[in-house]
Amino acid sequence: MFWRRHLKWSNDKSLCGWIVGFVIGVSAIAGCEASNEGVTTLTFWAMGSEGENVQKLIPRFESEHPGITVRVQQIPWTAAHEKLLTAFAGNSLPDLFQLGNTWIPEFSFLNAIAPLDPFLGESTTIQPQSYFDGVWETNVIDSTVYGIPWYVDTRLLFYRKDILAAVGFQRPPTTWNELKEVSRRITKTSASRKRYAIFLPTNEWQPAVVFGLEVGSPLLKENNTRGDFSGESFARAFRFLRSFYEEDLSPTSWMDVQNVYQAFAEGYIAMYITGPWQIGEFRRRLPSNVRDKWMTAPLPASEPGRLGYSVAGGSSLVISRTSPRQTEAWKLIQFLSRPDVQMEFFRLMGNLPARLEAWDDPLLKEDPYLQAFFRQLEYVTATPKIPEWEQIAFAKVIEHVERAANVQIADEEILHMLDRDVDRILEKRRWMMQRMLTEREQ
Amino acid sequence: MRKNAAKIVLITVSTILALLTATPLVWMALASVMPTGQASSFPIRLLPDAVTLEHYATLFDRLHIGRYFLNSLMVSISITLISLFVNSLAGYAFAKFRFGGRDKLFRMLLAALVIPAQVTMLPLFLMLNTMGLVNTYLGVIIPGIASIFGIFVIRQFALSIPDSLIEAARIDGAGDLRIYFTLILPLCRPILVTLAIFTFMGTWNDFLWPLIVMTDDSMYTLPVALASLAGEHVQDTELMMAGSVMTVLPVLVLFMALQRYYVRGIMMGSVKG
Amino acid sequence: MTIATRTQPQIITTALFLSPALSVLAAFFFVPVLSSFLLSFTDFDIYALGNLEYLRFVGLKNYESLLNDPLFWKALQNTFFFVFVGGPLSVLFSLSTALLLNAKLAPWRGLFRLIYFAPVVTTLVAVAVVWRYLYHPRFGLLNSLLGLFGLSPIDWLGDPTWAMPAIILLAIWKNFGYNMLIFIAGLQNIPDELYEAARIDGAGALMQFWNITLPQLAPTSLFVGLTTMIGYFQLFAEPYVMTQGGPMNSTLSIVLLMYQHGFRWWSIGYAASIAFVLFAMIFIVSLVQVKLQKGMQES
Repeated sequence: MFWRRHLKWSNDKSLCGWIVGFVIGVSAIAGCEASNEGVTTLTFWAMGSEGENVQKLIPRFESEHPGITVRVQQIPWTAAHEKLLTAFAGNSLPDLFQLGNTWIPEFSFLNAIAPLDPFLGESTTIQPQSYFDGVWETNVIDSTVYGIPWYVDTRLLFYRKDILAAVGFQRPPTTWNELKEVSRRITKTSASRKRYAIFLPTNEWQPAVVFGLEVGSPLLKENNTRGDFSGESFARAFRFLRSFYEEDLSPTSWMDVQNVYQAFAEGYIAMYITGPWQIGEFRRRLPSNVRDKWMTAPLPASEPGRLGYSVAGGSSLVISRTSPRQTEAWKLIQFLSRPDVQMEFFRLMGNLPARLEAWDDPLLKEDPYLQAFFRQLEYVTATPKIPEWEQIAFAKVIEHVERAANVQIADEEILHMLDRDVDRILEKRRWMMQRMLTEREQ
Repeated sequence: MRKNAAKIVLITVSTILALLTATPLVWMALASVMPTGQASSFPIRLLPDAVTLEHYATLFDRLHIGRYFLNSLMVSISITLISLFVNSLAGYAFAKFRFGGRDKLFRMLLAALVIPAQVTMLPLFLMLNTMGLVNTYLGVIIPGIASIFGIFVIRQFALSIPDSLIEAARIDGAGDLRIYFTLILPLCRPILVTLAIFTFMGTWNDFLWPLIVMTDDSMYTLPVALASLAGEHVQDTELMMAGSVMTVLPVLVLFMALQRYYVRGIMMGSVKG
Repeated sequence: MTIATRTQPQIITTALFLSPALSVLAAFFFVPVLSSFLLSFTDFDIYALGNLEYLRFVGLKNYESLLNDPLFWKALQNTFFFVFVGGPLSVLFSLSTALLLNAKLAPWRGLFRLIYFAPVVTTLVAVAVVWRYLYHPRFGLLNSLLGLFGLSPIDWLGDPTWAMPAIILLAIWKNFGYNMLIFIAGLQNIPDELYEAARIDGAGALMQFWNITLPQLAPTSLFVGLTTMIGYFQLFAEPYVMTQGGPMNSTLSIVLLMYQHGFRWWSIGYAASIAFVLFAMIFIVSLVQVKLQKGMQES
């Protein structure tokens, strides 16, 4: 049997066995999930660190509601949208989940989430008037409530007190004119080295949209089936935003400020429009010499006498339409909406409570950085409530703002192109609206 | 004299080039042990003031890099083992079995090499979704378990096995499966090792498909996790460098250890046309 | 021979050996390719994902909208730039280093080869992350290197004119070692007699390179050039990690565009049509490769 001479395989067997054993081992660890009988198990998906922190609140809920256990799954923000849509397509949505409030239109349209009015009607703990109007509004689609605000979020002005004071502003700008004036003064006084007055990132849609909402632009028109960016009001906001890039008051390349904390500490930027999560980051990351030299302020308004409008952001809790455990899921929503639980959640991770009562807590009331948010939240507007908004904002608004910041093209031309792109995205929506109309007529 | 001058020029050029080539990787390693903030400060420092492993600790404690590491290992090893088996079965059959339409079928497969994988991804995702395989190891592994290139390489190698050897085994009464396991596989060992390294590294470094299929962060492979962290931790240069080291090191070490086989694989690939 | 014919495996055995690979390829490669083709004639999107009633057959409309989509043209232009500028540069650099390492005078060739080759095996995503910091306008190593030569700093990834060159530079660094090895093998296959004959004829080093090395390397160069191009058409991870396609879409590639439409906005039908444009381009390059190789073999 001369061919057996070629056999040398056997000494590798132990290695193969080891590898196979390892693979099986890892899959066993990965696939292992506890099963529990006799009690109702709720599945609850929450994003990012919300998912991590909300787990600490669950034991209390479970002890108050014996018979219900909650399994929290954490999904990363970056993939949350895709993940939820996939789960919806695969009919594997959890009983309840966190939803960014700009996504509510999409999921209600897809019939993925349950209307909450029947629960609200009987509830004593959750009432619309205990929430910020603008934020509650984002959860209402065609006068049906689909989500309960969990925490709120908006954009406003972070600024360096010392730099503004040095150019004669003892208080933050309250109007667009003042904002422009202070920006000009800041850049003018820094002849020695390059610096910018304000950071309006060109890779975010919020600056353009926030200014647009402030002047009352609807952003979209004809029942949200066409873009209204070339409309008069948005054009005005756009001109205002663009002037900051043209006058070199804001960096036109977002790479320029890769580390925003460092840039803010160095005075490379003196103002920054951003959201509440940055309060914690600023406290933690700014060096001690500038630690007490910054403050937050509501957005300046286009006309004097009121605050400027900002975008109504935040996350809501929603219930899957197909869940057989909706009653139990509602109990968890009620629990998470209780002012004391909302406060606990705030203490855990700094997300701003959606419940107005929670804002009476000294922890929030006496925090100077948070006061601006409280005032700003009375002046927030929702972005258009359609599924395509994500794509319009992230793909198209950013694309054209970036162009406006860097290329010399007339405003009208850019805005027309933006509208054209948006109209193309909304083609399907127009078709579906048409179809629904004809169906209704029949 | 001229020879010496030429030699000096050659060494200088080669050395400068080597320094430039190594710099990104060396800087990555150095920055990963710098205290926070030092890698993005001015003037630029190449050497850390003090060596710290805090970023590695953060990666393991807070950012679950151990988990991603295991995911990557799991996926890469599974694909390597399964695809080696599946491809060698087919490669051997294409080389040594005679059946109608064999060459036609093989040519068809080769022609399909021009189709980029990206074309299949959209429907493949929808398919796996209906099968409930999105966000599972299997979802990443399945499209990798058979590869036309793997079949091709093994077939080319198996062609060189003398028929007489197989016939002798057959006369001895060995069945086809037995011949495959006890004769062909051992004979194909060099090519199998080479292919294994290529497959392992290719899977380890793969990005687009796991990015699409793994929707849950506990299922991420290292490159996907790193890309996701890079978005959220832009400011933390040192931390990101530590993550990069963790991702790159295993394949670099594997390459250093098995350089010979790897280089041979490139040569084989280059004569395929 | 006669024995072999008689003891050839049965058809069932053949099927047993082939079926695992072929069935997987059929189910997870060929069927998806076909479905992708069909999808590209529909407007499959999130609405259709939720309810198939909202799926429309749209004929060639996706391809038509592609032609009218400035972003698609931008992506095509960027990809071409990467392929037809980055590709040749990359090959040229590989050839130069191969010649450098092939010079018999040079010592430590093994060590240099190892160093030059190291970037090839690294993980693309990881090195893209690293290079993003190397490219930082203020704290990046690259700009301080430029500073040593008195050059002013460049906003590599923030400036639309520099972003794609920056990605090309990374790609060259990452890939040149691979083709370098193939070129070295090609160089070593050139028979020494050719050079000896040339030397006897009194040809200098430059003449030898021009008249012997280059023509003898032609098949290798062709292979290397075209496979590099095919690979470069699939540019994705570098812009995904480093720039997200920006600034001003200057690094948006075809595959990135496909990914965004397909897996971010769920316009799957539209994304499928982009995938087929990619396929068409790669198909054409492959066709050129086959034709040229045939022509070379014949001559």
